[in-house]
Amino acid sequence: MPRRSRLPVSVAAATLAAPAHAHLVETGFGAFYDGVVHLAVTPGDLLLVVAVALLAGQRGTEAARWTLFVMPAAWLAGSLLGARYPIGSTLPVLTTLTFGAAGALVALNAGLPAVLVAAFAGVAGLSHGYVNGASMAPGGASLLALAGVTTAVSCLLAILSAQVTTLQAGWTRIAVRVTGSWIAAAGLLMLGWLAGPGRTLSS
Amino acid sequence: MRGPVITCAMRAAARRALAFALILSAPAAALAHQETGQAAGLVAGLTHPVSGLDHVLAMIAVGLWGAVLGPPAIWVLPVAFPLVMAFGGLMGLLGSPLPGVEVGIAVSAVVLGAMVLAEVRPPLWLAALIVAFFAIFHGHAHGRELPEGTSALLYSLGFVVATGLLHAVGIGLGVAHRWATGRRFVQLAGGGVALAGLFFLWRAVA
Repeated sequence: MPRRSRLPVSVAAATLAAPAHAHLVETGFGAFYDGVVHLAVTPGDLLLVVAVALLAGQRGTEAARWTLFVMPAAWLAGSLLGARYPIGSTLPVLTTLTFGAAGALVALNAGLPAVLVAAFAGVAGLSHGYVNGASMAPGGASLLALAGVTTAVSCLLAILSAQVTTLQAGWTRIAVRVTGSWIAAAGLLMLGWLAGPGRTLSS
Repeated sequence: MRGPVITCAMRAAARRALAFALILSAPAAALAHQETGQAAGLVAGLTHPVSGLDHVLAMIAVGLWGAVLGPPAIWVLPVAFPLVMAFGGLMGLLGSPLPGVEVGIAVSAVVLGAMVLAEVRPPLWLAALIVAFFAIFHGHAHGRELPEGTSALLYSLGFVVATGLLHAVGIGLGVAHRWATGRRFVQLAGGGVALAGLFFLWRAVA
């Protein structure tokens, strides 16, 4: 290219807006860590994991162990399913219902058996994982990124549920219930935003 | 008569200008899926409850009353209030009308402040019912004021957390109720909330 032609082309190329490959946060450390950070910037997923960890911890060691096994496995299975068979919607009502219900169970200190807690965690993990896979894969997320999300879920679940199982003092158990109440309340309000006049349940 | 002369240099310049225009006008693929306005939504939600003095005073009074009542009310009220308040917010968002919202909020400050002032100790179910009743008005009034372009979920979460922290302030102040001087201070605070509530009530009906 002639020398005089290079300048305008270079300027144009430099000012060209780059495509926004968002949803996947680019950490600079590779796909796995992009997936790890994805959980931190997706409030609906984060609230679900926190609420399920609190619920499992409230219900004791057995429930926490089952949940720690079931939820990440379901999350990964859902992610793979979503990446393979994506649908156009991010299922906001379903994902809001799951974390809202988990928060309500924590607030009520519901005496669920360990198997039921694990089953709830499995269903919730499968649905959120599915949405993760369906929304991340079109943005270029690899299997490694999905594994990163699952790892983040496992770590947060393990740390939080283990801490809650060890709580003895009355006020700390109450703080757990108050946190559950806040999560459930946020879920209720979010359902209102999704279902209110002028909004659509599927968006 | 000869027409305008187009030289090779002019043709080259025209080609460069065309290339430049084409590159600039090339549409960028919008693959964005990122949820925007998250930080703004959280901050707006956190600051919203403290932007209205009537809401602030009523929430602090809930905490003060819980401290006066002692266990288990001290934790039942903060657990129940956000849930019922969110239910009120849900009603508002779904378009269900609730008459006299501003009056209800002002009356909540009057009643809750008076409960603290007089150290009224009703049964737990009645205390929870009174607080839940007023929570619906607070939720209905404030739940739907989402600023444009912000995350609804984080706004909701921030709103609920800030309200819960106001309860915590009330409970923290209420700890002083254990001591004789502190008890007077708590009663005085309740009286102040009730007086302010009367002012808000006058403003709401005037």
